[in-house]
Amino acid sequence: MLNEFGIRVICMALYIVAAPLLGGLLDGLDRKISARMQGRKGPSILQPFYDVAKLTQKQLLSVNRFQLLMVMSYLFFVIMSGVLFFGGFDMLLCFFSLSTAEMFLILASTSTHSPFSTIGTHREMAQMMAYEPMILLTAVGFYLAAGTFQVSDIIEGTTPIILYAPGFFAGFVFVLSIKLRKSPFDLSTTHHAHQEVVKGVTTEMVGVEYALTTVTEWYENIFLFGVIGLFFVTANPLSFIGAIAAVLVVFFLEILIDNTSARVKWQMMLKMAWGVTIVTGGLNLFILELIKR
Amino acid sequence: MKNIHKSPWLLHYDGSSCNGCDIEVLACTTPVYDVERFGVVNTGNPMHADIFLITGGINSQNEDVVKQIYEQMPGPKVVVAVGTCACTGGIFKECYNIKGGVDTVIPVDIYVPGCAARPESIIDGVVKAVALFQEKHDKKKRKERAAKS
Repeated sequence: MLNEFGIRVICMALYIVAAPLLGGLLDGLDRKISARMQGRKGPSILQPFYDVAKLTQKQLLSVNRFQLLMVMSYLFFVIMSGVLFFGGFDMLLCFFSLSTAEMFLILASTSTHSPFSTIGTHREMAQMMAYEPMILLTAVGFYLAAGTFQVSDIIEGTTPIILYAPGFFAGFVFVLSIKLRKSPFDLSTTHHAHQEVVKGVTTEMVGVEYALTTVTEWYENIFLFGVIGLFFVTANPLSFIGAIAAVLVVFFLEILIDNTSARVKWQMMLKMAWGVTIVTGGLNLFILELIKR
Repeated sequence: MKNIHKSPWLLHYDGSSCNGCDIEVLACTTPVYDVERFGVVNTGNPMHADIFLITGGINSQNEDVVKQIYEQMPGPKVVVAVGTCACTGGIFKECYNIKGGVDTVIPVDIYVPGCAARPESIIDGVVKAVALFQEKHDKKKRKERAAKS
């Protein structure tokens, strides 16, 4: 019989091994669905893996060696946030670790002094400013609904968190388009072929550096989808099916938004993100406070 | 050896083209031709690019730009000259400011003729470039292995 510690270790190991595979497949599915929405055939679902494999084979024409170290730190801290989350630890700690990881991405792109990455970095910081309040409020929402920040305790609940925190969920889904670098909020860098300021924060990332950044994004996406799933998970094992279905619906919604909207300016993004945060998160917080009293 | 030919990323640069070839290059990414089904991404960043597509001839203004973009691309890399102007200088060849085709500044691997080059022939050129891209990679790996042993 596995004890609690054993289950935690297995979940953490599963995340480290399976997240890049699952993240890459979701990325491939994203490109396929996007292509079909645009009336194209689209690449193979395994295309993101071919891309990463090719990038590792390219010459490392990097401006400095510091950048590679920073990209590796970015990868490390994103993996750590996911490991803490799937290991069932404190949610706040996961989000703080994710913010730390972002700082390393910013250091990696500014270390080159390229004007393109500098503009990308400024936009990345504007994006952080836009989504951080909602991300932190989501953790608060989980605390108010479940009475704890521990993921392992939240999943032991009898009612899904979504019933208490639909506002936090809506807000989180909104800022998820910023986190997933989806149009209309793909300001700092984008997955689409044509883009402003070349490639923003990833402009100067060559070969293996860009491969690592891509893999980091896959890890990050799986972690963020995990948070979406957590809104639906209860002690009942069947709730996991509901959680996965919810994640897939949100994933499809993000692709739909990505393909139907044009990029906004950063001021607009900030207004929209903070507006949604105050309305959905704030209102939900207020109501929860009243109920819990 | 890794199959890197499944992920060729293009960089398109317009030299002094009349835009005829540029439009045909862009046509390749539309639903009709959809080169993305082969894994082709039309990237704007030389640091991420594998195949350098150039349209139009070279003049004294864009000479340095082409050289710089070429140097910024990490190896292995392939250069494709698209259209008659990029291949030889075309009808502008005798102009006072035109140096000639792309091969007057950087080494060109594949020449795609046509005025304007048809999307079909551009795709054909890219397919040949992709094969060469893999070949260059394999050659480099073999050389590295020989140096080790």
